[in-house]
Amino acid sequence: MSGAGSWSLGEQDYHRITGHLNDLLRESNARCAMLVDRTGQLLANAGEQLQFDPTSFASLTAADFSANDQLAKMIGEPEFASLFHQGEKESMYLADVGRRVILVVLFDQRTTVGLVRLRVKQAVGDLSKVFDAMFQRGGRGDQAARPFLEGADDEIDKLFGD
Amino acid sequence: MSMINYASREINCKLVYYGPGLGGKTTNLEHIYGKVQPDMRGKMVSLATETERTLFFDFLPVDLGTVRGFKTRFHLYTVPGQVYYNASRKLILKGVDGIVFVADSQIERMEANLESMQNLYDNMAQYGYDLTKIPFVVQYNKRDLPNAAPIKDLQGALNPGWPVEDAAKYRENPDPYHPGELLTYQVDGNWIERAPYFESVAVSGDGVFDTLKAVAKLVLKSLS
Repeated sequence: MSGAGSWSLGEQDYHRITGHLNDLLRESNARCAMLVDRTGQLLANAGEQLQFDPTSFASLTAADFSANDQLAKMIGEPEFASLFHQGEKESMYLADVGRRVILVVLFDQRTTVGLVRLRVKQAVGDLSKVFDAMFQRGGRGDQAARPFLEGADDEIDKLFGD
Repeated sequence: MSMINYASREINCKLVYYGPGLGGKTTNLEHIYGKVQPDMRGKMVSLATETERTLFFDFLPVDLGTVRGFKTRFHLYTVPGQVYYNASRKLILKGVDGIVFVADSQIERMEANLESMQNLYDNMAQYGYDLTKIPFVVQYNKRDLPNAAPIKDLQGALNPGWPVEDAAKYRENPDPYHPGELLTYQVDGNWIERAPYFESVAVSGDGVFDTLKAVAKLVLKSLS
């Protein structure tokens, strides 16, 4: 592979994913859940409306997870499959999904880390199945296998004023 | 790794500004942040030391317009330039779609430029990425300084070109940004390709958007 390549998220997969996130929130009583890919892009979120910039949050989440991955390797662990950040009122639980994406759950005193951890485990299993199936189809979601912007050269030139 | 989200109708791409310490990577992003309309960009995040040296990365999301009805969102990252931050630097390259190498034009920084370029090749190779095959542009920054090296010398040292492997590309390819110059050309019977380059003065913004537009265009064309 010469570069990182590309992949796509189709609408059906998106709805499956948000369905699992909503199930997780209902069962864990957490505030909101997000899925972020390993390069720091926000794929989906569910629950309470976010009071912060989700794009920045997603990039920091991926960096946090990547840095911890390296720390794990330094102490002889293949990875830290989950991370827990405890705040006074708000806390975060992060879990790896199939080495491809990160599930982030924000919760407060209305629930416990034990319950969140338990429900996240179930959600990680469900989400892994969605992503495995998606990547088996070539990471192209519900779409065809041709290059996404095929034939759009003129439109790209126009976008950049050429 | 560019991600096409059919649900939100967005194309998300990751661009990384690489180069030696104090070369102007963060300044590039700061200029873009200051000039782009607030509704077309997100917040700029900087993980820096108390002396404002980049510790982990700077991050700035920017929308550059719409193609095929999809919003093009570019996530701009810088890396820490200082040599001993290599572990962090490598992490930022994960899933990169396009690279801008910000070189410091000052003659005294030539060694640091070369070391950083070599480090970029090495870190990319460890991910299995080939710098000669992904969107890549070189920016020669600080062109206003009296001790700036001539472009010819910088190009010779940092962007000497690589052999073209694909026979379909054995033809002269003019440099769209420098009339009269070529990006693909023949030397002693061998075909050579170079990365596009730009001159800049990032503190005043000269050349900053030309660089960004060139690499963003190459990334979108790689999807076409």
